[in-house]
Amino acid sequence: MSRLGTIARRSFLIGSAAIAGGVAFGWYAYRKPIANPLLGEGEAVALTPYVMIDATGVTIIAPRAEMGQGVHTTLAALVAEEMDLPMDQIKVHHGPASAAYFNAAVLEEGVPFAPSDTSWLAETMRGAMHVPAKFLGFQITGGSSSTPDAYLKMRQAGAMARAVLVKAAAARWGADETTLKTESGAVEAPDGNRLTYIDLAVAAAAIELPDDAPLKARADWTQLGRSQPRTDMVGKVTGTAQYAGDVRLAGQLFATVRTNPNLGAAMTGYDATAALAMPGVKHVLAVDGGVAVVATSTWAAFQAADAIVFDWAAASYPANTADQAAQVAASFAPDFQDSQSRDEGDVTEALKTGTAFSAEYSVPYLAHATMEPMVAVAHVVDDKVDVWAGNQLPTQVVVEAAKITGLLPEQIDVHTTLMGGGFGRRAEMDFIRQTLQVANQLRGTPVLLQWSREEDMTHDAYRPMAMARVNATVQDGMVQAMDLQVACGSVISSQTGRLGYSIPGPDATIVQGAKDQPYTFPNYRVTGYRVPAGVPVGSWRSVGSSQNAFFHESAMDELAHLAGVDAVQFRLSQITHSPSLKAIEAVASMANWGTALPKGRARGFAFAYSFGVPVAEVIEVEQTDAGIKMTNIWAAVDVGIALDPGIIEAQVQSGIVYGLSAAIRGEITFADGHVEQTNFSDYEPLRLRECPPIAVKVLENGEKIRGIGEPGTPPAAPALANAIFALTGQRIRSLPLGRDVMFA
Amino acid sequence: MAIIITVNGKSQSVDMAGDTPLLWALRDGLNLTGTKYGCGIAACGACTVHLDGVAVRSCQTPLEDVGTSQITTIEGLGTPPALHAVQQAWVTHQVAQCGYCQSGQIMQAASLLAEIPAPTDAEIDDAMSGNLCRCGTYPRIRAAVHDAAKQLAKV
Repeated sequence: MSRLGTIARRSFLIGSAAIAGGVAFGWYAYRKPIANPLLGEGEAVALTPYVMIDATGVTIIAPRAEMGQGVHTTLAALVAEEMDLPMDQIKVHHGPASAAYFNAAVLEEGVPFAPSDTSWLAETMRGAMHVPAKFLGFQITGGSSSTPDAYLKMRQAGAMARAVLVKAAAARWGADETTLKTESGAVEAPDGNRLTYIDLAVAAAAIELPDDAPLKARADWTQLGRSQPRTDMVGKVTGTAQYAGDVRLAGQLFATVRTNPNLGAAMTGYDATAALAMPGVKHVLAVDGGVAVVATSTWAAFQAADAIVFDWAAASYPANTADQAAQVAASFAPDFQDSQSRDEGDVTEALKTGTAFSAEYSVPYLAHATMEPMVAVAHVVDDKVDVWAGNQLPTQVVVEAAKITGLLPEQIDVHTTLMGGGFGRRAEMDFIRQTLQVANQLRGTPVLLQWSREEDMTHDAYRPMAMARVNATVQDGMVQAMDLQVACGSVISSQTGRLGYSIPGPDATIVQGAKDQPYTFPNYRVTGYRVPAGVPVGSWRSVGSSQNAFFHESAMDELAHLAGVDAVQFRLSQITHSPSLKAIEAVASMANWGTALPKGRARGFAFAYSFGVPVAEVIEVEQTDAGIKMTNIWAAVDVGIALDPGIIEAQVQSGIVYGLSAAIRGEITFADGHVEQTNFSDYEPLRLRECPPIAVKVLENGEKIRGIGEPGTPPAAPALANAIFALTGQRIRSLPLGRDVMFA
Repeated sequence: MAIIITVNGKSQSVDMAGDTPLLWALRDGLNLTGTKYGCGIAACGACTVHLDGVAVRSCQTPLEDVGTSQITTIEGLGTPPALHAVQQAWVTHQVAQCGYCQSGQIMQAASLLAEIPAPTDAEIDDAMSGNLCRCGTYPRIRAAVHDAAKQLAKV
C-alpha cells in the first residue's frame, strides 16, 4: 500500500498500469537514498519525490506544514519555475510523512553557533548535523528553515523532472533534445509540435535521471521573485479548505479531553457518573494525564467533560508566578551556567571605566493561542492507522502512532492538514497522542478529538519566563563593555524530552538573539543560565529571540540615551555587517527617522538579527485621551533572496502583530499550579482597531536565502517599549507593557 | 427531537438538543465545516454566520432560538467558481494566512457592507474588531473591505 494512499486512490488510477500510482521525479544528493514514499514501501529508488504527474496534471509535494506562512505556494513555485509550469496549472499537496523529506536547515541552526559564524568549527558542526537529521528522519517545519532547506533541492527536483520530460519528447519525435524547449507544461519542438507533461510522464519515468540538471539563471525566472497568488487562498475564503477538525468520516464520533491543569502531573481519580448519563455521551476513556469524553457531537463532549469530577496530583514546579520568578532570579549563579558562547575583549576590566549602566529586564510565560485549538482525527483498525492532524513534525507522528497502537510504521498514514496557526505549538505531540489513545481503544471507529479553548490555553508548552541582567559602560558615544546575562528555562530540553529524545550540551535558544547580534563592542560577553525544568516550555515564534531581542534592544536604547547619541546612529556606528546596516538605514528612511513629530507623538527603534535575517523596525505612537495608540509601523528585512515579496510582506506584518500582542497584553500567570488565563477574554491578542498600517521593505543584500516566518517578531516589543520611553520618559523593563501604561 | 432550520436557502433537519449552539449544529450536525470554533464565548468571531443577513456569533446562538430565520454560512455566501465580492476582495488582497479566522472575518465584513456600503476606517475598526486574527492579517483586511465596498458599489 502506497504511503501516499489518499492521492493514489483519488487521482492516480487512469487505466494504464504504468502510470498507476503516479510518476515521481526528484533529486537526492545524500550518500544513500531513502525509499521513495510515493512509490510504496521497500522500493529503493534514487529519487526524492517532489513532482508527481497523473492524468489530471502535475502535483507538487511541498512537505512542510502550511500554517499560514505561505510555504506551500513558495515551495511549489521553486519546482514550477524550473519546469516552466504556470502556478495555476499545478496542485500542491503536503505529501506523506517520510524521512525523505528531512529538514537539514533547521538542525543546522540548532547548533550552538550564530548563523553568521562561518568559522571552521561552526561549519563542521553544521555539516555533522545533516547525519542525525537524516537518520532521525526529522521532517520538521520550524526555525524559519523551510525555504532555505528547499531552495536548492526543490529547484533541482524541477530541473531533473524537466530534463527527463524533454528526453522523452526527443525520443518520441526522434529529435535532438537541445532543439526542444518547455513552456506552459509542455515540451515544444521548433516545428510547433507539442507534447504535454501528462502525455510524456510514463515514458519520462523510465528514463534515468541525470546526475545534474542545470538550474535557470535568476535573470530567467518568470515566477520566482514575483508575488504569486497563494494556492490555498480560494479554499480559505470559501470555507472549503480542510483543517483537521473538518475531517468527517463515516461513523465518526466526537471527543474532547480534560487533563490535569497541574501541568505534567497525574490524574489520581475521577467520577464520570453524571457525564456518562448525559445525552449523546458514549464513552469516558483514559488518556495521558486525564480522560477523554467521546460523544455524538463536540458540544455533547464539551458539556459532559464539565460534569466530571477530578482528583489531580499536584504540580512539581513552583505553584505561583511570584515563586517561579524567584526561581528564575536565583538561577543567575555558577551552578546554573549553561553557556558563555560570546566573550570578547576583557569585559570585567572594561566595566571599570566609562559611564556605567546596570538594568534588569523580565518577560512572562506566553501561550501560542493559535486560532484553531488543538484538534486531530484518528482511525485505527487492526492493520492500519490513519491520523489527520495539523502538525509540524509528521515523522514523529508515525513514531507516536506505532508506540500507541503497536502497528508497524508502514501501516500508519499521517495526513498533515492545513493548520489554523502553528507558531511552534503544533510541533507538540500531546493532542495527537491523546487522539490515538482514544481511537486505539475504539478500534474501527474514527474519532475527532477537539480541545476546548480553555484546555488549549491552560495546557500549552509555553514561551519560557525569562530575565536578563545587563551591566555595561559607554564612552565617547560607544558601548565600551556589555555584559549580558540571561536566565531562562531550556526549550530544547523540555521539547525534545517530551518526544523521548535527549540532546546534551548547552541550549542555544537560551541565548538565541542575545549572543549572535552583529554589534562590534570591544568587550562583549553573553552568558546563559538554565532555569531548572518545571512548567513545560516550547518553541514560540522566534524562540529565544522573542525575549532576548527585548532585553538586548531595550538596553541598547537606554545606552544610546546614556551616551547622548541618536538611537539609529548608535547602532550604525557599532555594526559593520553590511546587510544589517542597510536594513537599519532603510527603515530610518521609511520612517523619516530624526524628523520632528507633532506634539504627543514619538517613535521607537529596534533591530534584531535572527534566523540569519536582519530586521529593523520603527514604531510610532501617539498619546490619546484613551491611552497610547500605535499610529504607524515600518520594517526593513533582508532575506538574501526574496522568492515571493507579497508573502514575505505578509509574514513580516504577521510576525510584528504576533510580537505586539505579547508585548502589550501577553502574560500567562500561575496560581495553585494552574494557568490562570483560560480564553481570549483574559489572554487577548491585538485587535484590528489597535493595528496601525505596517509598511515593509524587503532587501536582498544578505549572504544567502533566509526564511521569514519568525524574524519579524523579535524587534516588535523593544521598538514599542522604546517608543513609549520616547513619548513619556517611562522606561518599562518588564513585559507586558500594558501592566504599566494604558493603551487606547 | 429534530429541529428544522434553514441554512443557505435549504431546509435542514438537525437531530440535536435545543440548547446546542448553532456552531455545533452546523459543524457536527450538518457537516458545514467552513464555520469555525475558536473560543466558545463570543470573544474571537471565528464562528460568525448571518441570521437574516446580520452577523451573529453562532457559538452563542442556541439552535432552538433560530426559528425561521435564514442562516447563511461561508459556504452559502459564495463558492470557488462564484465568489462573493468580499471573498473576491480577499483573494485580490491575498488576505488569508492560516485562514482559520477568515470565514468569520468575511461574514462579518459582508454584514458590515450590507449595512454601511462605504465604511470609513473607523467604521471598519468598530465592525471588525470583534474578529481576532492571530496571523495579523489586519492591514490587508482593512484594504480588502474598502475594495469590496468599491466593487459592490459598481454592481
